Amino acid sequence: MQAKKRYFIVLSAGACLVLLFYFGGLQVRATRNQSRREDRLRSPEQPWPHFSDNLQSFLPREQLANEDYNMHLSPRQKRDANTSLYKGKKCRMESCFDFSLCQRSGFKVYVYPQQKGEKISESYQNILSAIEGSRFYTSDPSQACLFVLSLDTLDRDQLSPQYVHNLKSKVQNLHLWNNGRNHLIFNLYSGTWPDYTEDLGFDIGQAMLAKASIGAENFRPHFDVSIPLFSKDHPRTGGERGFLKYNTIPPFRKYMLVFKGKRYLTGIGSDTRNALYHVHNAEDVVLLTTCKHGKDWQKHKDGRCDKDNAEYDKYDYREMLHNSTFCLVPRGRRLGSFRFLEALQAACVPVMLSNGWELPFSEVIDWNTAAVIGDERLLLQIPSTVRSIHQDKILALRQQTQFLWEAYFSSVEKIVLTTLEIIQDRIFKHISRNSLIWNRHPGGLFVLPQYSAYLGDFPFYFAALGVKPSSRFTAVIHAVTPLISQSQPILKLLVAVSKSQYCAQIIVLWNCDKPLPAKHRWPATPVPVVVIEGENKVMSSRFQPYDTIVTDAILSLDEDTVLSTTEVDFAFTVWQSFPERIVGYPARSHFWDSNKERWGYTSKWTNDYSMVLTGAAIYHRYYHYLYTNYLPVSLKNMVDQLANCEDILMNFLVSAVTKLPPIKVTQKKQYKETMMGQSSRASRWADPDHFAQRQTCMNKFASWFGTMPLIHSQMRLDPILFKDQVSILRKKYRDIERL
Amino acid sequence: MCASVKYSARGPALIPRMKTKHRMYYIALFSVVLLGLIATGMFQFWPHSIESSTDWSVDRHSVHDAPLVHLSASDPIPERGDLSCRMHTCFDVYRCGYNPKNRIKVYIHPLRRYVDDLGAPISSTGLSREYNELLSAISDSDFYTDDINRACLLIPSIDVLNQNSLRIRETAQALAQLPRWERGMNHLLFNMLPGGPPDYNTALDVPRDRPRKYFILSSQIALHMEYRTELETLKAENGEAMLILDKCTNLSEGVSSVRKRCCKGQVFDYPQILQESTFCVVLRGVRLGQAALSDVLQAGCVPVILADSYILPFSEVLDWKRAAVVIPEDNLSEMYSILKSIPAKQVEEMQRQARWFWEAYFRSMKNIVMTTLQIINDRIYPYAARSYEEWNDPPSVKWASVNSPLFLPLIPPRAPGFTAVVLTYDRIESLFRVITEISKVPSLCKLLVVWNNQNKDPPEESQWPKITVPLKVVRTTENKLSNRFFPYDEIETEAVLAIDDDIIMLTSDELQFGYEVWREFPDRLVGYPGRLHLWDHEMGKWKYESEWTNEVSMVLTGAAFYHKYFNYLYTYKMPGDIKNWVDAHMNCEDIAMNFLVANVTGKAPIKVTPRKKFKCPECTAIDGLSLDQTHMVERSECINKFATVFGTMPLKVVEHRADPVLYKDDFPEKLKSFPNIGSL
Repeated sequence: MQAKKRYFIVLSAGACLVLLFYFGGLQVRATRNQSRREDRLRSPEQPWPHFSDNLQSFLPREQLANEDYNMHLSPRQKRDANTSLYKGKKCRMESCFDFSLCQRSGFKVYVYPQQKGEKISESYQNILSAIEGSRFYTSDPSQACLFVLSLDTLDRDQLSPQYVHNLKSKVQNLHLWNNGRNHLIFNLYSGTWPDYTEDLGFDIGQAMLAKASIGAENFRPHFDVSIPLFSKDHPRTGGERGFLKYNTIPPFRKYMLVFKGKRYLTGIGSDTRNALYHVHNAEDVVLLTTCKHGKDWQKHKDGRCDKDNAEYDKYDYREMLHNSTFCLVPRGRRLGSFRFLEALQAACVPVMLSNGWELPFSEVIDWNTAAVIGDERLLLQIPSTVRSIHQDKILALRQQTQFLWEAYFSSVEKIVLTTLEIIQDRIFKHISRNSLIWNRHPGGLFVLPQYSAYLGDFPFYFAALGVKPSSRFTAVIHAVTPLISQSQPILKLLVAVSKSQYCAQIIVLWNCDKPLPAKHRWPATPVPVVVIEGENKVMSSRFQPYDTIVTDAILSLDEDTVLSTTEVDFAFTVWQSFPERIVGYPARSHFWDSNKERWGYTSKWTNDYSMVLTGAAIYHRYYHYLYTNYLPVSLKNMVDQLANCEDILMNFLVSAVTKLPPIKVTQKKQYKETMMGQSSRASRWADPDHFAQRQTCMNKFASWFGTMPLIHSQMRLDPILFKDQVSILRKKYRDIERL
Repeated sequence: MCASVKYSARGPALIPRMKTKHRMYYIALFSVVLLGLIATGMFQFWPHSIESSTDWSVDRHSVHDAPLVHLSASDPIPERGDLSCRMHTCFDVYRCGYNPKNRIKVYIHPLRRYVDDLGAPISSTGLSREYNELLSAISDSDFYTDDINRACLLIPSIDVLNQNSLRIRETAQALAQLPRWERGMNHLLFNMLPGGPPDYNTALDVPRDRPRKYFILSSQIALHMEYRTELETLKAENGEAMLILDKCTNLSEGVSSVRKRCCKGQVFDYPQILQESTFCVVLRGVRLGQAALSDVLQAGCVPVILADSYILPFSEVLDWKRAAVVIPEDNLSEMYSILKSIPAKQVEEMQRQARWFWEAYFRSMKNIVMTTLQIINDRIYPYAARSYEEWNDPPSVKWASVNSPLFLPLIPPRAPGFTAVVLTYDRIESLFRVITEISKVPSLCKLLVVWNNQNKDPPEESQWPKITVPLKVVRTTENKLSNRFFPYDEIETEAVLAIDDDIIMLTSDELQFGYEVWREFPDRLVGYPGRLHLWDHEMGKWKYESEWTNEVSMVLTGAAFYHKYFNYLYTYKMPGDIKNWVDAHMNCEDIAMNFLVANVTGKAPIKVTPRKKFKCPECTAIDGLSLDQTHMVERSECINKFATVFGTMPLKVVEHRADPVLYKDDFPEKLKSFPNIGSL
């Protein structure tokens, strides 16, 4: 007993001693560190000493208080006095742009009528038609906020055949010119051999420039827009997709860094290209130049030319472009080159060597995420720099090149729209896109900031914000037949949908010519039912962004749709995993009809699909907004006149945004049969014209989009235990299997 | 400390029973130990005072000790700076050089006291408190170098924060005298007066979520009448939601006017009042920048900026659109309706963002200077620059958000096919059956057998089944489960099918369909039997669930398609000791893979086809129930272990599986692409 206690005490004392040594030891080590630091401190004045003086604040309180009351000049006058300095080369939006023109009818762009006898290059024609086809276009100059010339200003190289003479006087004679105020001038080439200045050869006054190869010295920040240099073959709309088909791991390709291009023997821009051969190693860094260009290259030929030319001919440009991890984009005669867009499309990460080039759309695009910005002065370090870039980073850079290419560069229309949206964002600063919107899929052109200032209201940013879509949906039922009997499908539908645990409210869109039925005719439901009278009773009104819809999800329904509560519940849980897609039941498919050389539409049961009917589908409410505000009037009118194809158009739109197919979920199979049954809509479906119309619609839509956005899928999502051989009582969505 | 107190309190009860001699001995021992501990504690818990006092006595620095430099009126004045300077024209990158850490080196010129001919100092304040803090922060940071020859960026110790307290001409002369000034090339000057300092002495950390009573608050004292009138008009229209404060005129003696604001005789505490408003106006004053901005940010009030052409601080990297509302000065009258149109959730976001900007970038001189240097660093090493998310996402968003490394929506073409990786030990017969079965899948591109048995050689080449695609055998050096997830160079496709050497029941249609589904979801795990994790409320921990559930959160990797990228992640980026743990326990590599993929993509796996088990039902019967029980316990343990290591539960639960479009449809089987889909 005693001994036990004694041991205990000795032990505890020992523990304490150990503790003591431990703390003590720590302390000693700490002080030792301390003293070492102090040694360093004592070395003459280094690093910055810790002064013991009681130092004053740099800003005496009185100064701030006093000067504030010395204001005689009104801040507005002061601002105006300041801005008057910022003209011409120093133009800023505040000093050279008349915001008041945009207050009246919003951001509208006027294009001067084309004058007879004026030659317009194909590229400029594409730019003008992109503007005229956009939702910003107005033909009334008094409505306009921005003016675009019909005089071709793209090529201002005097030696070029496209050069327009006497531009100066032509511009001055425009009666709306107003010294260029609120004008936007597009330009791809300026200056000529030998110095290639960035001067356009006429007085642009206070006009904004959307110019390729613009140098930081001449770029007026937040006023000019830097656009990419594109060739005359650049498609007007649509455009090719990026060349990246899949992500490879490890992300390295055959070559590390490549370049193939001209070497200028004399004149501006020759330094960097002349030095490239120092870095070339003929293995994974292949930088090739040729002297062979122009008529009299032999005259200026230097010692390296023959060797370089021979090496140059050994490699194929396309092959290198597609098989290289990085592509060098050095300055040419001008700062920018076609190579930049070519590399971007080929998923070859551009390595920029063009000091002072204001990169395309640099105001909104974060180029560090898609390119390596090198410094011409450090050319020799470039190989080690690109080799030091981590694999994960290469993977990300490469994917971003593809995103940016498809979002902003693949067609003239995208380049023009991006330019206009950037300017619009400047004018309406408080409803503009932030950097996240511009630099993330699906990109700024598909995200309209007027819809909401909150990113979580869009279907694209849930993961980036770490939030989830709201857990309820709003059902929108499109009603076209008068309410006569109590056995009409719409009433059954109303009851079935309202029983869903996820249903927040039901909106009945009354698109029937007959007046609204009395309130008591609607069945009693556990959720509120709102009846809205459709605007003009047209088809497109079912995709109106009604303010009454506050949930993220919309369940869009035809009045004759037959759905059970279980089917709705299941589809909604699926949608929560794919909030940016359309989740629906009956599916349709498209195919390329090579005999007729056009797109075909099929409603047959097939092994794949590319559309789901919006007569029964769940999608994000943002698509209502996008349908109404993004699509051109011409397509919406077509839908309204035919009273058909609205679902095809919606599928086109959503797939164009997401680049993904819709999602089909299980349904009870009698859906199709009922549709062919006795209801009013059946007539629509039975009509042979109906099918032909849909075919026509498809082709019309595809031509507006410039490409076929629809994508096929081969799968359907079913409940986990769907049709499994297990007691039906175990199944959560058992009603889907019951017929 | 604690321990010793406890024992000494108990001591007296024990001591009387001991012999006196021993008692003395123990008391002595205890007191020594106790004293020692107390002394150590003292030393430990008040080290700063001890340290700093020695610091003062040993190493007393004073600004007055700095060497005097006499400037003469005839000293050269540097040329006017070049307003068109850009990084590529006026910055010498050669001084920064190539640097594996991608970090610039910053040198601080030593402190000098500059006086003119008459001995008068060139600045009325000399070195200010703020500039001193700023320079100390640099010298404590890893940017600092004491070697002027290695420096990329140079910082004068001449304080130019406040232009008003400077003699411009003499300051210019002084700067020109600095070694390597070279027209200011690679030099950084800090000037704050246009703007004023952040008032970081204000203790504002009192209750943060006070109710925000006011919708719009204007707290600047020095507003021009013109703006004040407009604000008053707005207030007249919108009433109590707006509060417009001004300087107090009738404060009693001793009350600092800086900390008070008034409105119609009512006195408010500043800056505390900022916490009671949703939006706070920052209007153009004498200067464009306003000290109010910093106070407003700190209070988590959303700044409403009305100062045309004002470049907001650090706007090169900070996305102010997420934290502030910028309204053109001419639209002041519409301010109320503009702000009203912002959704409530966005206002919350902006408040959080404003607060985060303040915390991270404006809180102290140290934060300000470090942000500045980091921005310059990002310009010089753009390929190593901090990302938008790093700069702008508050910690809570960084934690909750997911930025998938495979973010591009891509459906890869069918053509490259997939590589099947079969992990095997010694079940040759079953392995050969698996190989023969898989080789029937049309999209199979290559078969890779990972031979995990070091004691036995794989069979002769001639004995392997003859198949049409290349077959490679990789021998491992250790029998580890993680070998199955190694990113072998032999895998040339991005799609990998991991398959066990005993999975023979999967049909060719099922596998081909699995591949097709993977193509639609290349960033996910696509597998057959699904599993679920559940929270066990009774035990307070996670539980593993295997069969007949209506939900899945994992798929077994006994047969699963996934992107080769995840092999690389599993092998090189698996957090904590999970990889070793799995190898040691020879279990749960599939759970680890599910955790990894879900964590990095934020997405659930995809279960394809009804397949529920890999082994036939009879087989489990043979294994016996008890074995099954221990298996479940082990798997549950894995989930709990991994959730701890990941610091969160990344798995996502879904209720769907992928079937072929026409699965079980009343449709001729021969017209279906994937007719042969098994059931169990």
